[in-house]
Amino acid sequence: MEMGKAANYENELATELRLGLLGTDHHEPEKQSFPSSLVIKSNKRSSSEMDYNSSDKCDQDCAPPPKAQVVGWPPVRSYRRNALQQQKKTESDVSGMYVKVSMDGAPYLRKIDLRVYKNYPELLKALEVMFKCTIGVYSEREGYNGSDYAPTYEDKDGDWMLVGDVPWNMFVSSCRRLRIMKESEAKGLGCL
Amino acid sequence: MNQLWKMDPNIKKTKNSADSANYPEAIQSPSQFPDEVLEKVLSMLHSHKDRSSVSLVCKDWYNAERWSRTKIFIGNCYSVSPEIVARRFPRIKSVTLKGKPRFSDFNLVPQNWGANIHDWLVMFAKVYPLLEELRLKRMTVSDESLEFLAMSFPGFKALSLLSCDGFSTDGLKSIATHCKKLTELDIQENGIDDVSGSWLSAFPDNFTSLEILNFASLNSEVSFDALERLVSRCKSLKVLKVNKGTGLDQLQRLLVRAPQLMELGTGSFQQELMFRHCMELENAFRNCKNLQILAGLWDASYVYLHVLYPACSSLTFLNLSYATLRSDEFTKLIAHCPNLRCLWVLDTVEDKGLEAVGSCCPLLEEIRVFPAHPFDQDINHGVTESGFLAVSHGCRKLHYVLYFCQQMTNAAVATIVQNCPDFTHFRLCIMNPGQPDYLTDEPMDEAFGAVVKTCTKLQRLAVSGLLTDLTFEYIGKYAKNLETLSVAFAGRSDWGMQCVLGGCPKLRKLEIRDCPFGNAALLSGLKKYESMRSLWMSACNVTMNGCRLLAKEMPRLNVEVMKDEEDDSHVDKVYVYRSVAGPRRDAPPFVLTL
Repeated sequence: MEMGKAANYENELATELRLGLLGTDHHEPEKQSFPSSLVIKSNKRSSSEMDYNSSDKCDQDCAPPPKAQVVGWPPVRSYRRNALQQQKKTESDVSGMYVKVSMDGAPYLRKIDLRVYKNYPELLKALEVMFKCTIGVYSEREGYNGSDYAPTYEDKDGDWMLVGDVPWNMFVSSCRRLRIMKESEAKGLGCL
Repeated sequence: MNQLWKMDPNIKKTKNSADSANYPEAIQSPSQFPDEVLEKVLSMLHSHKDRSSVSLVCKDWYNAERWSRTKIFIGNCYSVSPEIVARRFPRIKSVTLKGKPRFSDFNLVPQNWGANIHDWLVMFAKVYPLLEELRLKRMTVSDESLEFLAMSFPGFKALSLLSCDGFSTDGLKSIATHCKKLTELDIQENGIDDVSGSWLSAFPDNFTSLEILNFASLNSEVSFDALERLVSRCKSLKVLKVNKGTGLDQLQRLLVRAPQLMELGTGSFQQELMFRHCMELENAFRNCKNLQILAGLWDASYVYLHVLYPACSSLTFLNLSYATLRSDEFTKLIAHCPNLRCLWVLDTVEDKGLEAVGSCCPLLEEIRVFPAHPFDQDINHGVTESGFLAVSHGCRKLHYVLYFCQQMTNAAVATIVQNCPDFTHFRLCIMNPGQPDYLTDEPMDEAFGAVVKTCTKLQRLAVSGLLTDLTFEYIGKYAKNLETLSVAFAGRSDWGMQCVLGGCPKLRKLEIRDCPFGNAALLSGLKKYESMRSLWMSACNVTMNGCRLLAKEMPRLNVEVMKDEEDDSHVDKVYVYRSVAGPRRDAPPFVLTL
């Protein structure tokens, strides 16, 4: 859709010598031309001569021009704009809290989004499905004794912990990666 | 006051004869009351609009009013001068001053434009040594000015700076050091030089009067020890808004010291917490029985939001505009906030989040939805018309909206205002300039037509999307109570602006950018501009000749032009405002006063 519009747009530009916005000009004969602010951070003139020059460039481009960034638009205060841009860099991926999951004997690792699960049973069920294994039921005294595999995780301190000991929220915030250990190896963790 | 009218018919006569807007000196009527009584009565009037009306009644009332006025509000610092204010009002204790045109918030006004507070402070020091409060918006304030302020007014109590520039944290240090009776320090969203957080440590150890402290928008870290001690000893502290550098464990300690807080702005909400500390934080929130307003929540990690739940049911204002929460996270939180009157969020909560608002917050009166990624080309994020519809459906008391969205339809807006006809503030920002109704491809004229026809109490309107002159015909014809209008990338011809200037009897502020309005439109408002506070036009089709003509015909208006760099006749920006102080003397070289 964009390409078609771009082709029309370029044709119009070649004849009209005016800088309009994509998608705004089709229905009326009177074209709406938005003056100089359409070009960001430049001191270009608003007169049509400059617009003609930039339309030359458009004719040569194959891709449609991206939405032009306009000075002071959308009307968001500078403070807020800067603050949000900073957050964008420092925040963890807004769409999830992804951790690697390895399983002993599996050729490659997987990744899951911890935020998707509400509690331990949901997480363990998902792991069982993903790795086609049985993890079994957690008990405080025995860990995951009796099942083939035990889920463990590396916490922020770098220690390997058994999944299920701490409250769910605390687990989610401290879990760096998961490892599904074979029961034979996990025995060492379970009995303390 | 009502009973006085009934008792003395002479007073009624005086009131009627004030209908001519002539200067009070022309009408003199012997007052039945000694001046002190009149002053005492008038001192109970607080609204500055009422006071203005009162001052027009007759000379005695004018005098009684000016002697009894202690608070002054100046919406445009250049509409009047410090000398004029000082002459008229001898007993001012509280000053509110606004400076630059609002579009300066969006970088449309160059640096060093003006609105410097210093000359005002010098006059105040001379005439109002007992000054207690100063509230500034969009003014330029230097560190020297702040130091001067701190040293000149021994009884100074409250400083509020919003969207100001020109100072650094050193200036705040002066305030903290010298203002022994300070009750309020409110620093919001300013363009300042954040040198260091040591200013907070400058409050003396015996300083205990603070009631309001807001330093949320400052980045440099303050000494937590100093902050904790300050909060401990200020027993009347009601409002505390800390900055990002304050972590969750520190927050817990502050809350324990100040459970009486009514308004809290947290710091970063993302830090690692041990389970025990999590419980302690939740308990601390449980103990804040008076908490009504909550803000901050920077980098809010969903994992910790549950600590807020005990405090949520009493919340009336929740400001999540810096917390990038997804819809599922947000939905869980909002379910705990049934008494919300006011909500600010980011569009990361998406339409689903707004549906939750509609379901959970029936008392909601104000909602602001800000864009998390305003310059992102990706149109899959954010909110659409359905979110707004959902809120309007569930929150019938809604009267204030600020809504940034990627798409909108005429039909949706029509339904929204049917659901909520009481809008006083309707600010809709369809982020792609000149975008039509995405379903019908038509202009958004009918949307705003519906708004002005249905919402008879509308005071403030911001329009967006593809708009022809028809929108402005509607506005001019129906928006009888409109005071502020913001227009961008809209209209077809001069006719649009002419309609607004020919209608809208209560219009006070008109700000326009990137519209095809020219001299004919500008000049059609000749008579109107004197009843308005200001007009701003940038990137329109106005020329020097048009502005010169305006300036010539209306000598009581200041017509300030910022020219186009290359083209001498074309005007890039024009700012027109009424003033009793004449042209300003501090205009920088790029501003021409005609």
